[in-house]
Amino acid sequence: MSAAGLSLAGRTRRRLLADPLARASLAVLGLIALACLAGPALTGHAAERIAYDYPRTPPSLAVYPRPETIVPALERLALRMRVRAEDVAVADGTVRLTLASDRPIDERVLTFFSRSDLFGPAAVAARSADGRRLAVTAPVRETRFLLGTDALGRDLLTRILVGGRVSLALGLLATAVALLIGVAYGALAGYLGGAADAAMMRLVDILYALPFIVFVILLVVVFGRSVVLVFVAVGAVEWLDMARIVRGEALSIRRRDYVRAAEALGVSTGAILRRHVVPNALGPVVAYAALLVPKVILLESFLSFLGLGVQEPMTSWGVLIAEGARSIETSPWMLVAPAAVLVATLAALNLVGDRLRAALEPGAA
Amino acid sequence: MTDAVIPFVLRRLVQAVPTLFLVVTLSFVLVRLAPGGPFDLERPLAPSAMENLRRVYGLDQPLPVQYARYLGALLTGDLGPSFSVRDLSVAELLGRGLPVSMTLGALALLAALVLGAGLGGLAAAAKGRPLDHAVTALRTVALTVPGFVVAPLLQIAFGLSLRWLPVGGWEGGAPAHLVLPVVTLALPQAAAIAQLTRNALLEVLATQPMRTLRALGLPRRVIALHALRGAALPVISYLGPTAAGLLTGSVVVETIFGLPGIGRAFVDGALNRDYTLVMGTVVLVAVFVVAFNLLVDLAYALVDPRVRHA
Amino acid sequence: MALLSVRGLSVAYAGGTALDSLDLALHRGETLALVGESGSGKSQAALAVMGLLPEAARVSGSVRFDGTELIGLPRPALDRIRGARIGMVFQEPMSALDPLFPVGRQIALPLQAHRGLTRAQARARALDLLTLVGIRDAERRLSAYPHELSGGERQRVMIAMALACEPDLLIADEPTTALDVTVQAQILALLADLKARLGLALLFITHDLRLVRRMAERVAVLRAGRLVETGPTERIFARPQSPEARDLLAAEPRGRKAPVPAGAPVVMAARGLSVSYPGRGGLFTRAAPRRALQGIDLALRAGQTLGVVGESGSGKSSLGRALVRLEPAATGLVRFEDRDLTRLDRAGLRPLRRFFQPVFQDPYGSLSPRLSAGEIVAEGLRVHAPGLSARERDARAAEAFAQVRLDPETRHRQPHAFSGGQRQRIAIARAIILRPKVVVLDEPTSALDRTVQRDIVALLRDLQARHGLAYLFISHDLAVVRALADTVLVLRDGREVERGETAAVLARPREAYTRALVAAADLAPEGQS
Repeated sequence: MSAAGLSLAGRTRRRLLADPLARASLAVLGLIALACLAGPALTGHAAERIAYDYPRTPPSLAVYPRPETIVPALERLALRMRVRAEDVAVADGTVRLTLASDRPIDERVLTFFSRSDLFGPAAVAARSADGRRLAVTAPVRETRFLLGTDALGRDLLTRILVGGRVSLALGLLATAVALLIGVAYGALAGYLGGAADAAMMRLVDILYALPFIVFVILLVVVFGRSVVLVFVAVGAVEWLDMARIVRGEALSIRRRDYVRAAEALGVSTGAILRRHVVPNALGPVVAYAALLVPKVILLESFLSFLGLGVQEPMTSWGVLIAEGARSIETSPWMLVAPAAVLVATLAALNLVGDRLRAALEPGAA
Repeated sequence: MTDAVIPFVLRRLVQAVPTLFLVVTLSFVLVRLAPGGPFDLERPLAPSAMENLRRVYGLDQPLPVQYARYLGALLTGDLGPSFSVRDLSVAELLGRGLPVSMTLGALALLAALVLGAGLGGLAAAAKGRPLDHAVTALRTVALTVPGFVVAPLLQIAFGLSLRWLPVGGWEGGAPAHLVLPVVTLALPQAAAIAQLTRNALLEVLATQPMRTLRALGLPRRVIALHALRGAALPVISYLGPTAAGLLTGSVVVETIFGLPGIGRAFVDGALNRDYTLVMGTVVLVAVFVVAFNLLVDLAYALVDPRVRHA
Repeated sequence: MALLSVRGLSVAYAGGTALDSLDLALHRGETLALVGESGSGKSQAALAVMGLLPEAARVSGSVRFDGTELIGLPRPALDRIRGARIGMVFQEPMSALDPLFPVGRQIALPLQAHRGLTRAQARARALDLLTLVGIRDAERRLSAYPHELSGGERQRVMIAMALACEPDLLIADEPTTALDVTVQAQILALLADLKARLGLALLFITHDLRLVRRMAERVAVLRAGRLVETGPTERIFARPQSPEARDLLAAEPRGRKAPVPAGAPVVMAARGLSVSYPGRGGLFTRAAPRRALQGIDLALRAGQTLGVVGESGSGKSSLGRALVRLEPAATGLVRFEDRDLTRLDRAGLRPLRRFFQPVFQDPYGSLSPRLSAGEIVAEGLRVHAPGLSARERDARAAEAFAQVRLDPETRHRQPHAFSGGQRQRIAIARAIILRPKVVVLDEPTSALDRTVQRDIVALLRDLQARHGLAYLFISHDLAVVRALADTVLVLRDGREVERGETAAVLARPREAYTRALVAAADLAPEGQS
């Protein structure tokens, strides 16, 4: 009764925010979305950068390169430069060393330093007269891999965040398409009622009999590599539930006296749909849309898992999980980390959708 | 009532014809829209050999002719030869896969129903108490962790670490080989059924007929039985499409556990442009969907007298 | 010692107090009526006695039944009393019975639970009970489902269930409110008869004080959760002491309508108006089309009110909808002034629609919940005065608010912020803002409490006098019809039963059906109200 002065939206928001679990879920979602948007710029890694020196690095807070790996790494580098590394000293994030060779050293070999994942560009401190000894300094490139790296040494955290952009965007895109088609179709069918409704819903029934997964796989095969098109198509398939829900609402709204009153006033069909039917059918739609987003994200990861979804070099949570599942014995974090983010997102979305539905129920306290 | 059921079923079967027709047409168009063809191998065939193959399989005909031929054959129950698996017809291929998929699906469905209804009932009885929250948490995890994450984890845990169960393979349906796939399939469905059961039970218990039963001083057991009947309705509607889906195979589970079911056959067929295999699978799944929708309606009528003659 | 003794019973929810320290006593074989308007806490009291309040309710105080304290009694002990020694009948017999089980099984349940009867024994007893509560063809009815019974039969089944174990006390919570008046009278007679035969004590809960006179020895009047007056029925009716009791007694709408000025023109007429709906079958059956209205003729003059009365299903709402062209299934002729409405299509009808407007029964369902009250009232102007600016529309809405005696400042609120009576005023404002000539009022007062009803009736009469409106007034409530209508048309099963001047028809009904309606309505004698 105390909420009597609030609009439905206001009451719903209040009920939703009164629930600690819903609040926590919204916070998790906000955090994940923000991290996916802004995070990749802050991790210090590029998502596609391959680090041959750090394959399958387990997650940790440790700074790389580890001190004990610097000297062996320099020696490997020297080998590739066809020189010897002598008098190696590491201090304050910089290595000093002398390159020695039996022949004069071409300074262009120093580019090997900046190409390695461990060091920055090297500078020549001193050069012996015969050119066979070169005193060199190079900064140690310090990095962290909070969630480890994959088989190619790419930073998993960055890849998860970049992949999240794709997964979330696709989820939202397909949901928006489903929402648009479903609401328009359902509202029209429900409001018109009678034979028009029967015919329109018969079509929905027929489409329901289409095996959904099978259908999506077919769509993927047809649309091939265009992921966006595929998900527009997924949305175009997923509108069925939405249409049914809206139609059910519209059918009952149509019999309400306020619609009858509007008809008696001579209000046009379009205006009745816009002003009376759609706004009042929107409650369950919002809740269902919140539940559809995780469904689509799951579908995306499923398709990517089968190798039918997002393709390299683009990545998504599904792609990462598929890679993780393949290397689960050697590097389990590759499965666990993206799966955990996916599950957290799905759980939060499901929870919000669930609570939203409860909050929108007319009798809810 | 029984004498009214048969006309009803017949009417529904007749109504299914346009549905199936549309499904066939739509999938025919889609498959043929896909780039590439069934005989695009890694090493291209000689043009004359290709020509030959296409003629043998009737692919040299205009599309409408092919469509009409396919429909005609379908009416006689002929799903055509497979394009990718030489010397086998689609019917034979599906006949091999179907027992695998149906065994797994039926077991998973049974497990999900028992586990889901049980947990849902427990959660409803313990509404708002720790047990209810625990079931909710469990449910959320089971619903949101995708099968392709669960399956490898199960393989690692029970196959590679504990060495209790084999990590894959069919082996003629040996029970040990069924456990992990069935668990993977059943978990999310059990979670969904638990959620449905709990909410439906609580909803029914709050209705006025249940208040009447309490006013009559009936024991909880009797009231619970009455509530269960009402709560069965939403569960039944959920079970229809779910059963159709489970029985016709899961791509993920069959892939991960290396099982020769329908789901895997379909994806391979789609990737290899095995037109007839894809169409055959689509038709099979659609028949299952139609059949289970009909079963749902009949079960509904059995439970709810208002549906019979409203 | 009293059979039921209630002391300081309070029920509170998070939102506030529903019942505030109620004291009651009920002796064996006695009938106590608990009377109050909706929200007065009378049902809360009954539910508290039965231990049926929702979990969110906080109950305090004491309820002693035959010496046993019921508040806080553990469930098994409580279950030995309710259903066995206290029976309860609810308001809505359709929703109170389980739709999934045959009624025979439901009546057998308490017998099996409390008396330990076998299924066969319980069935035999259920048969006796159905006969006892006056259900014809009881043997066959045992296996019927609730939806196959009429409203009256369902309530009889409810009563049979409540009486199955021969209780000492029967609590009847608005047992006749959902029923038609003629059925209502039968159920009341049945209750009185059973009470006498079985020696029951009866706690009779109602909002309608008139029902009480013949039923109860004593009356307790509740208002806003508090007991405001209690005493013997005779005394309360003769000398009500609290203003609340006086309000309830005097609440029948007062006054009569002024006669129609002579020579007033006919504004709306119908000839041979019929409506039939396609039948709704089940999964296995198809029903035949249902004729809701058959061959009705009528003519409405400016300033005239035609009352249409009949029970639910009599076709009176279909008639109203057909007149304002909201009934696509209608056939026959409808004229507005000199225009034949039945020949016009949607677009042709649109400019004329402002002249005939409906007002509906349910004040909660007739206002679009997401628009502000002002927008709702002004909606017709968007169609019929498209030249008006938003500001002008709002000004007109404010004017209409004042006309129906609502504070124009409240027009920016949404419908849920208004009470039932205020909502009905908003609905009336929406109709009259277009300056119509005919208003079809479909049970506009039946969802309202009596006191609110009286004000709406006065408002309608006032608006009619000022604007010369013609009303088609649809109602099942003869008291309201008497206060508003010049002539009355009685419908039954879609056909005309009787028609005539209101006072004449109510005083000297010709047809048996009309006589039953009038008798059941128990109108206050002419001149007294």
